[in-house]
Amino acid sequence: MKKGCLISIIIVAVIAFFVVSLIIWGTRVYNNMVTLNEGVTSQWGNVETAYQRRADLIPNFVNTVKGAADFEQSTLTQVIEARAKATQVTIDPTNMTAENMQQFQQAQGELSSAISRLMVVVEQYPQLKATQNFRDLQVELEGTENRISVERRKFNELAMSFNTYIKRFPQSFIAGPFGFGAKPYFEAQQGAERAPEVKF
Amino acid sequence: MNNMKTKNSLLLTGALLFSVLSGICLSAQDIPERPVPPRLVNDFAGMLSDWEVETLEEKLVAFNDSTSNQIAIVTVSTLSGYDILDYTQRLGEKWGIGQRQLNNGILILVKPKTADSGGEIAIVQGYGLEGAIPDITCAQIIDYEIVPAFRETDYFGGLNAATNTLMSLARGEFSSDEYGRKAKKGSGGDFPVGMIIFIIFIIIITMFGKSKGSNNRNIGSGNLPLWLLLSLLGSGGSHKGSWGGFSGGSGGRGGGGFGGFGGGSFGGGGARGSW
Repeated sequence: MKKGCLISIIIVAVIAFFVVSLIIWGTRVYNNMVTLNEGVTSQWGNVETAYQRRADLIPNFVNTVKGAADFEQSTLTQVIEARAKATQVTIDPTNMTAENMQQFQQAQGELSSAISRLMVVVEQYPQLKATQNFRDLQVELEGTENRISVERRKFNELAMSFNTYIKRFPQSFIAGPFGFGAKPYFEAQQGAERAPEVKF
Repeated sequence: MNNMKTKNSLLLTGALLFSVLSGICLSAQDIPERPVPPRLVNDFAGMLSDWEVETLEEKLVAFNDSTSNQIAIVTVSTLSGYDILDYTQRLGEKWGIGQRQLNNGILILVKPKTADSGGEIAIVQGYGLEGAIPDITCAQIIDYEIVPAFRETDYFGGLNAATNTLMSLARGEFSSDEYGRKAKKGSGGDFPVGMIIFIIFIIIITMFGKSKGSNNRNIGSGNLPLWLLLSLLGSGGSHKGSWGGFSGGSGGRGGGGFGGFGGGSFGGGGARGSW
């Protein structure tokens, strides 16, 4: 009787030990995931800031270009429309999916190509290119495009370390029940992940 | 026959593996490693003399010691197909120029002119300095201080003037707007100095003429401060010249040295230029 009691106490103690260490381990893993997740979320903020910077720059840019006499209107309208569309597509960083990422990227990609078409047209207006105001805007735009590509790259790096962490063997048991899903990536468009060149 | 096939496929995988591996090695070599021991001025392309490298290094190390802002200068002979702004940002990020919390690094990257490509330069600023030194200001520094000097192959002069301006901007001695207005006026900064020297010269001549007529003894004592003033003004006037930042004397060389990069981060801002 006493012996059986002792054995059951030992068994309970062993089980309790495992349960406690499991909880400690689980908490640590969970906290790591939260930290990594926060990193991805805040980096998404940086990505949006970079895109927003571009969106803010465009009206100024369009006005400067408009100032040049008899400038072709259709390319300008395209840029304005693409900008309007791109600013409407936003992502809730706590609920990122491959689909809404795809939409976001497509809307921003359309704006990028509208801008590059505009740049090609601007090529035909040497007086416009020579003005100080235009040159300043050109520098701003180039810096902005570069910022976008840098923030996207940093986002992908953070998303990758988050994804690898939650998909690895023991952690994957924690990720599922607590609702940590894999983050979508930015896919490289046109020529790896380099900034589209704004050259004149 | 079958043996042949396996042998061939083995060779093929071997070749594939090799190309993949060499690809990895190449991409790893694209951006140079952080220098050991750490240095702020890294002339990989050999554009500067030893003395010029040391002078710039001393000045930038002193600036790092007093303000914790890190300005690095790197010259490379190839950009390995990267866009220069992209390359410069990656290098700054990889080396961690600037302090981790402050992100107050600046990187000036130069790719010299070669037989088949033009010279390129980029100045990028860390997140923390985007306010004090916006992209436009980087572009203005390149346009007004670096490119004109580089066109005359005065690499040291251009880099020296640019770092002086960047240091003043980072310290807040003048704002980027003030610099922009000054820079846009072109050589406006030099004009008043020349004017002052001219006026002083006239005054001296008239004084000289006057004192000649009166007391002979007063000539020396009366003119000395003016000559001193003139020489002071003269040295002020050469601010834009290549000897502007003649710091201290080379006696203090070797002491201290650069403590290392702080892990600062770059957001992709900055500007480029070419000559």
